[in-house]
Amino acid sequence: MSSTTSAPGDPAQAGQQDIAIEIEDLHKSFGPLEVLKGVSLSARKGDVVAIIGGSGSGKSTLLRCINFLDTPNWGKISVGGEQIVLRADGTPANRRQIERIRTRLGMVFQAFNLWTHRTLLENVIEVPVHVLKIPKADAIAQARVLLDRVGLGDKTDTFPAYLSGGQQQRSAIARALAVNPEVMLFDEPTSALDPELVGEVLTVIRDLAAEGRTMLLVTHEMKFAREVATHVVYLFEGRIEEQGPPEEVFGNPKSERLKQFLQSIH
Amino acid sequence: MNTLRALMQPHRIALMLVFGGIVLWCALALRWDWIPVYAPLALEGLWRTVWILVITCVLGFLLAIPLGLAQAVGPWYLAIPARSFCTVIRGTPLLLQIWLLYYGLGSLFPQFPAIRSSELWPYLRQAWPYAVLALTMSYAGYEGEVMRGAFSSVAKGQLEAAKAYGMKRFTMFRRIWLPQAIRNVLPTLGGETILQLKATPLVATITVVELYAVSSKVRADTFIVYEPLLLLAVFYLMIAGAITLLFRRFERRGTGGARLKSADVRT
Repeated sequence: MSSTTSAPGDPAQAGQQDIAIEIEDLHKSFGPLEVLKGVSLSARKGDVVAIIGGSGSGKSTLLRCINFLDTPNWGKISVGGEQIVLRADGTPANRRQIERIRTRLGMVFQAFNLWTHRTLLENVIEVPVHVLKIPKADAIAQARVLLDRVGLGDKTDTFPAYLSGGQQQRSAIARALAVNPEVMLFDEPTSALDPELVGEVLTVIRDLAAEGRTMLLVTHEMKFAREVATHVVYLFEGRIEEQGPPEEVFGNPKSERLKQFLQSIH
Repeated sequence: MNTLRALMQPHRIALMLVFGGIVLWCALALRWDWIPVYAPLALEGLWRTVWILVITCVLGFLLAIPLGLAQAVGPWYLAIPARSFCTVIRGTPLLLQIWLLYYGLGSLFPQFPAIRSSELWPYLRQAWPYAVLALTMSYAGYEGEVMRGAFSSVAKGQLEAAKAYGMKRFTMFRRIWLPQAIRNVLPTLGGETILQLKATPLVATITVVELYAVSSKVRADTFIVYEPLLLLAVFYLMIAGAITLLFRRFERRGTGGARLKSADVRT
């Protein structure tokens, strides 16, 4: 299924069933400020797409438009081959469809956003039990496995406020995995962490990449992006300035802006 | 054991002796012989105070949720009436509200034969429904304002996470938004409930015989003034203490006892 070496969106390689996410000509403005100016992007199953770019380049907005946390003004989005039906002004025509598609995407936020009034275990079973309607006992068993996996098996009954940022973000990843998502969306997952806590979260994400999970990853960790991504997209002022395999984008950048950006990071 | 040892300090022992002395003096020097006569009535009054408090707080809070929600995120045609209601209730004396309902509405009703002959009349001709209505509206008005702030204070990221996982709007409200809003204002609600307890004596003015009305009756019958009032104060203190303990228990349940600082809940 996941031939990860060739560029995504390559029509010769990608069978229609293999497409995990397809975005076409996406536009998004906040008032007079146009943040996305026609972005097209596709990811096949098993791809790890790293989205990089400077502050204000629209990378987070791009991710948030995919599950409609931000409503695009124009463009086409399809998830797993199912196109999201939009009205002429870009708003979703069918709230039920949006809700259904959201359950197939696992979002991980910069600020973790664990539900503070629930323990880790309750956080992880919340969506399986109350959205997917999985029997509670099954959800609990699965949640214990997931929390074990991210190294928090001994913290199941702890409230988020008692945990470090790294621990919170790892549990947030467990919460995302609990819906068994077709695509994981990471919105700068390590940007709110103290430097010494970044590693533990990246390790978890690296494991997910290794097992072939489809992921879209907005990140500032260039070394990490180079290591795990199968495809790198560089956004500049709401447009894709350059994209390609990580060796190309990082090793041999063609655009001047990307060169400058990579220099400014190091 | 530790708490006992902490109490056994010289200055604390002295204070406890003083307090014990006052209680002893009250018991011996004041007149308490009326107690056996009025005990059944006092228990009845206590019971009435408690159930009026519980019912009006529960109903009032159930009303406060939509009132708060309408003000926090509702469209203008819901927000304006909700805000007006809260402003009027909070801006006028509770005694006035009770009297307007009882002497106003209550004396208007009998003029309509349809109401007099209706099934509800046996209730509408009594005083307590007006007392319950007035106290419920009062609690709803104050708590509606509290809940407005509570709903707005829930961090946006908490709701965004629920949305991002495809939660339906009502599920999100029931599972995330409402519990977090209530948790944020539990200490306030506890205080407001004690205020509500202390507002209940006002219903004695419309002939509802609750705890305070019993002490008035003792005074009127026997001309004993201070003793019933002292006992009344003890009763209210005990109820207030019970409310405090109850809310402390609620608070502990919400976060596992964590004191949430703003730094812990990043937005």
